[in-house]
Amino acid sequence: MVPERDVQSEELVVNMGPQHPATHGVLRVTCKTDGEVILDCEPMVGNLHRCKEKIAENVQYWQFMPYTDRLDYLASMNNEECYARAAEKLLGIKLPERMEYIRLIMTEAGRLSSHLMSVGTYGLDVGAITPFLYCFREREEANHLFEKISGGRMLYHFMRIGGCARDLDDAWIQRLLEFLDRVESKMDEYNTLLTWNKMFQERTMHVGVLTREAALAHGVTGPALRASGVDWDVRRDDPYGIYHKFKWSVPVADGKYGTVGDCWNRHWMRALEMKESISLVRQAIDKMPKAGPDDFQPVESPHKPYLAKGVPRTMRAPKGAEVYVRSENPRGELGFYLVSDGGTSPYRCKIRAPAFCNIAVLPHITRGYLISDLVAIIGSIDIVLGEVDR
Amino acid sequence: MNLRELLTEHLPQMPEAISGIVMALLLALIPALLVVAAVVTPVGLLGVYAERRLSGKIQDRSGPNRVGISIGPIKHHLWGLGQSVADGLKLLGKEDFVPPGGEKVLFLIAPLIVFGGSLALFAVLPFGPNLVGADPNVGIFYVLSIGALEVIGVLMAGWASNNKWSLIGAMREVAQVGSYEIPMGIAALCPVLMTGSLRLSEIISRQAAEPVIWGVHIPIPGELFLGWNVFAAFPFNIITFVIFYICCLANLKRAPFDLPECESELVAGFLTEYSGMRWGLFFLGEYAAMFALSGIGATLFLGGWTGPVHYLAVHGFGAAPGGIGDIVGGAIEFTWKTSLLFILMIWVRWTLPRMRLDQVMRLCYKYLVPAAMVCMLATAAAALLG
Repeated sequence: MVPERDVQSEELVVNMGPQHPATHGVLRVTCKTDGEVILDCEPMVGNLHRCKEKIAENVQYWQFMPYTDRLDYLASMNNEECYARAAEKLLGIKLPERMEYIRLIMTEAGRLSSHLMSVGTYGLDVGAITPFLYCFREREEANHLFEKISGGRMLYHFMRIGGCARDLDDAWIQRLLEFLDRVESKMDEYNTLLTWNKMFQERTMHVGVLTREAALAHGVTGPALRASGVDWDVRRDDPYGIYHKFKWSVPVADGKYGTVGDCWNRHWMRALEMKESISLVRQAIDKMPKAGPDDFQPVESPHKPYLAKGVPRTMRAPKGAEVYVRSENPRGELGFYLVSDGGTSPYRCKIRAPAFCNIAVLPHITRGYLISDLVAIIGSIDIVLGEVDR
Repeated sequence: MNLRELLTEHLPQMPEAISGIVMALLLALIPALLVVAAVVTPVGLLGVYAERRLSGKIQDRSGPNRVGISIGPIKHHLWGLGQSVADGLKLLGKEDFVPPGGEKVLFLIAPLIVFGGSLALFAVLPFGPNLVGADPNVGIFYVLSIGALEVIGVLMAGWASNNKWSLIGAMREVAQVGSYEIPMGIAALCPVLMTGSLRLSEIISRQAAEPVIWGVHIPIPGELFLGWNVFAAFPFNIITFVIFYICCLANLKRAPFDLPECESELVAGFLTEYSGMRWGLFFLGEYAAMFALSGIGATLFLGGWTGPVHYLAVHGFGAAPGGIGDIVGGAIEFTWKTSLLFILMIWVRWTLPRMRLDQVMRLCYKYLVPAAMVCMLATAAAALLG
């Protein structure tokens, strides 16, 4: 008979965060550890709560746009696009085709920029500092690009309900194409330093395995869901915009490397999605049509937005109208649920934030792993606290 | 002689004895201070500069390149060489903070022990012919034991900080460094077996003699590479050297073994609560120890101050043994080898991700210890052959 374990080590409760370098902001994780092994952990969210949903009820539809930037502040373009689409659906605004192309180019470039950040900081989480700075070098160019078109480096306020801040000019598109070439040529460098690095694989493969069932039960979305082997992408399965016009694929983990649902696969999905985004932006730029004569309102001065014809100056949705619009953000499925009471601002605005749902799975996939693994797992889920707390 | 007799007989002479001890201590203190001022501090500051500058180059950015000299009309950026000095001065001006609830005494002396430990390594470091503080007959043994002093300082720091992250970091340090001393000791035994002595000067002079590999005499001067211990018992000591180097990285807490202070997991490990110059002492101590262990590695395996540059100084320019040419040639020889190993440490740090604690332990006990054992046996066989 196996004797009872007579050496009892004391359990230690450590507080990771809210001021901790690896919690990607102000996440606080209380972990009960036995030595280095995590017995239990609990993510404590809410340190960055800014009453976004309540603000939406108190400002007009168009005024809420800059607030959406601050949800997932690494993918502001995607948030804006989703909110704009929700408001347009509520207000019954149709977009010209060129605007759809602009939206797709901007959101996919935003996804690329966001994934550059995720891949880089994931390297930082497992201790590889140099790939992080390489990713930032490329992301800097993305920031410059967005700054040139919108005036902001991270918080763009580029989209408008029924349009956007300004039309894309040829010089800017040329620069965007050069940026895409540059990132594509550097992808191998990141993969050599991280993805195919033996030490990186040792740290991330078979660690923090999120099973298909658990992922679905917790409402995990985005690359984390696809890394668990679920073939689901809102862009394809609940199509919006003009994604159906292009050739692209949704990367899904197939268990060829590591375990399906482990940290490495979540990282790998992002690396693959970057390639898909690059290809999508290129295709969209190729096919982008010129603006038709009756598509847009005349732009009277550089300070005026580039809006579709028929967008009202005062936006008022019919009483009782409600919409739920979702989009595939870099971190998962972002949804806006808007209810109107007939006024100029929504009666209720509920934001379904992907990172909030994804972080809920943390306790289930960290038990039994080490403190070092906890950092690797948090990094692989890739949360943005602005979105978790809203 | 009992205590009473001792006191009654020798008490009158006590003051003289004490003053003698004090004099001796003072006399020992002057060279020690000189070493600190002239060698360790510049090495530490240059090491920090090299790390920051090289990491800048590796990461496609500039690194420090502004702080130079500006005295009257003399103005130059000096490629940022002044940055470490400026940072050191800034650290000196900071508050000497002790966390509330911490063990104050332990907290205050821990950095001194760590810094003192790496300082003491310089005492036996042979910079060149006759350029050595001491050459004890226990040479390598001294290096290994003094190198282990650091663990105590780190454990004290982690315990005294009253911080859980610090404590976890300190425990990791003990586990890691304690484990890696085993393969490190075994690896360091290989040059000892070849030489038959622990004394560093004898280990160096054997490497300058005519090379014998597996009992085969090679009729070229040993200083030209082949005499070096890294080629002894070919190819086993190449593996030994790699093992020794990995163990150095682990003992110095350098990436990928920087678990005790890894910033993404433990905030800053045992350094979390330190600030100001006490933190600076840990930092300087780390770089001084990096240089010292690189020097020991160069001495044990790469011929120390003997080698092609020294050979050229003696045989090419006809420098007399013990003369200035001999010493300068040897010092240059030692410096390039040590710098090479030092720069390799920096390069490794900025390339590889960090390992996990269980992986670090597995690497040590499953791979390094058996491999070092095999290499030691092979070296013993080679030593038997001649």
